[in-house]
Amino acid sequence: MSAHAGARAAPGLWGRIRGNESWSVGDRVGVGLAWAAGLLLCAIAASIVLYMLFRGLQFLSFSDIFSHPLPGLGESGGGFLDPILGTVVVAVLGTLIAGPLGVSIAVWLTEYARPAWLARAVESGVEIVAGTPSIVLAIFGLIVFQESFFSFLSPTGEGATPLGRSFFIAGAMMSLIALPLVVGATREALHSIPRHVREASYALGKDRASTIRRVLLPASRRGIGTGVTLGMGRIIGDTAIVFILLGATLRFEPNGSLPGWDLLTGNGSTLTTYVFNNSPAGEGGQPEKAYAAAFVLLAIVLALNFAVDLITRGKGKSWTR
Amino acid sequence: MTQGGAPAEGQPGDRTDQRTELVLGALSAAVLLLIAFMIVFVFTKAWPSFSHNGLAWFGGGGNVDEQLTNIFNSPADPDEYVYTLHAWPLLYSTALITGGAVLIGTGLSLLSAMFIVEFAPPWLAKVLQPVVRLLAAVPSVIYGLIALLVLVPFVGNDVISGAEKESVQYVIQLDGTGLIVGVTVLTVMIAPIMIAIVTDALRSVPRGWTEGAAALGVNRFRALRTVSLRAARPAIVAAAVLATARALGEAIMLSMVSGSHAFAPNPLDGVTFFFEPALTFAAAIVDHADELSVKPSGQTIYAFAAILLISSAFLSFAGWVARRSMRKYTLAAR
Repeated sequence: MSAHAGARAAPGLWGRIRGNESWSVGDRVGVGLAWAAGLLLCAIAASIVLYMLFRGLQFLSFSDIFSHPLPGLGESGGGFLDPILGTVVVAVLGTLIAGPLGVSIAVWLTEYARPAWLARAVESGVEIVAGTPSIVLAIFGLIVFQESFFSFLSPTGEGATPLGRSFFIAGAMMSLIALPLVVGATREALHSIPRHVREASYALGKDRASTIRRVLLPASRRGIGTGVTLGMGRIIGDTAIVFILLGATLRFEPNGSLPGWDLLTGNGSTLTTYVFNNSPAGEGGQPEKAYAAAFVLLAIVLALNFAVDLITRGKGKSWTR
Repeated sequence: MTQGGAPAEGQPGDRTDQRTELVLGALSAAVLLLIAFMIVFVFTKAWPSFSHNGLAWFGGGGNVDEQLTNIFNSPADPDEYVYTLHAWPLLYSTALITGGAVLIGTGLSLLSAMFIVEFAPPWLAKVLQPVVRLLAAVPSVIYGLIALLVLVPFVGNDVISGAEKESVQYVIQLDGTGLIVGVTVLTVMIAPIMIAIVTDALRSVPRGWTEGAAALGVNRFRALRTVSLRAARPAIVAAAVLATARALGEAIMLSMVSGSHAFAPNPLDGVTFFFEPALTFAAAIVDHADELSVKPSGQTIYAFAAILLISSAFLSFAGWVARRSMRKYTLAAR
């Protein structure tokens, strides 16, 4: 009954001929279930946001954001300035690697793609990277960067073998989870540029390389921006890679004395590992801190999503007259 | 695939053009190299664990938690490293949790997609789009945190009865973390991916097809189910494959809420089955990450990663085959 009433409320595909069709019990149940599923999604999303908002406002204090955590993993107290900065470092590093690499791959796939078999292979390769769990990427990073060849990238443990854990390594592996998003968004943008735009550029005597640099890339700025922002959101939200590849410290622990480089090759934490560590599953065991940090994390991720909306919503360049 | 014709050869910029193509192509090929490296490295590092156990690695027998502890406590002499592991409970838990979440998630997302495309009032459909994106964007650690601090105590204190706790108390402690919470939260995490893909596919079904069904006197639900959903099958398969890959690799959330015991939930236990702990491969890596520095433990954990790597690669391949074989008959998957 209610299902049918609900179905009636929506001006659906074919409002005009409604009334001729017959509704069996099964169909009514189906419509009811569809309504239930849709409302359930709204309820889950609303309860997550409201609950995090409530807990965040309850536990977040201004000083938390601007004070360092206590050095020990098991110690309580202190704020989470270091994890916030750690998140920024990892996100910037990951995007700096994934952005140019992803755009290059997308450009090659849409503009050159020769030989064809290699292009197909690269295409599936990107898909495989996208499907690889981040925990596996983390393990791979650990294995590779523990080779003594890479000892300049992370603190060394006993016997001069590198730990394989540092901001740089985490950022490099993080770039792999952002890469498929950048490639996908950029390819879509390049595909939407009609052929005659390229031909106009060739007709003016430009070769492919300068057409790409001067015409195609500026025209697909929006797509690239979307991909990079989405990728950044994924990087910021990822816990597994940071958990494995950033050592078990809450504060920044520089490695060496070269300013900047000491930080990149040193250890630390990000918001995600801070939340994990302070949840009952971790060693810190301060749920209030975990809630507060999770609130900040959620705010950052949602802000990035909003940024994607702004990028895509704005008036795109129209190629048709 | 290549867009636009190439400019004629022999132009002034010809040399730079070739160089650009070469550089971009090399960067792209680097992705393939990376995957090859990944497979080779992970498998060579994991090999001792597989070779010491043979096929028994995948079999059952003994307590996996104890086996992992024994591996961790191996003697320092490389000749006496302990590798014995019968990982069946992990394999079974992974299949159970992933399968359960994907199954429920598919149902949920098909219904939601149908709701968004056809039944929802326009304003609600407009609200649902950001809702789905929000659910997809929430980091897994936040899902884990909320589940651990809200759902788990609720299930542990109010849902599981004392009798159920007593019935298995000599084997395992039921504290709320376990199969049901893990599968529920995982379902919420993977459903948005599927909803986005299926909604797109349903929207791209030519209007004439459903209108044809309507002209035959079929109601909206049935037209959607029998025409649109069937036409969108490749997209549904693609969505399910993507969701499976995501569920398979979910480590942090599951290590928080699914109960960190390598235990194989037994369906014969009746309702208690749903409350029993389960440990997936990905969650096992997180749980035992602090043992990575001990060589045999590390190699065992690399073996878990190798299993995940090979399954996700296989999933990508399976999705590709499924889409390819179905594209002939129906709409192309997007």
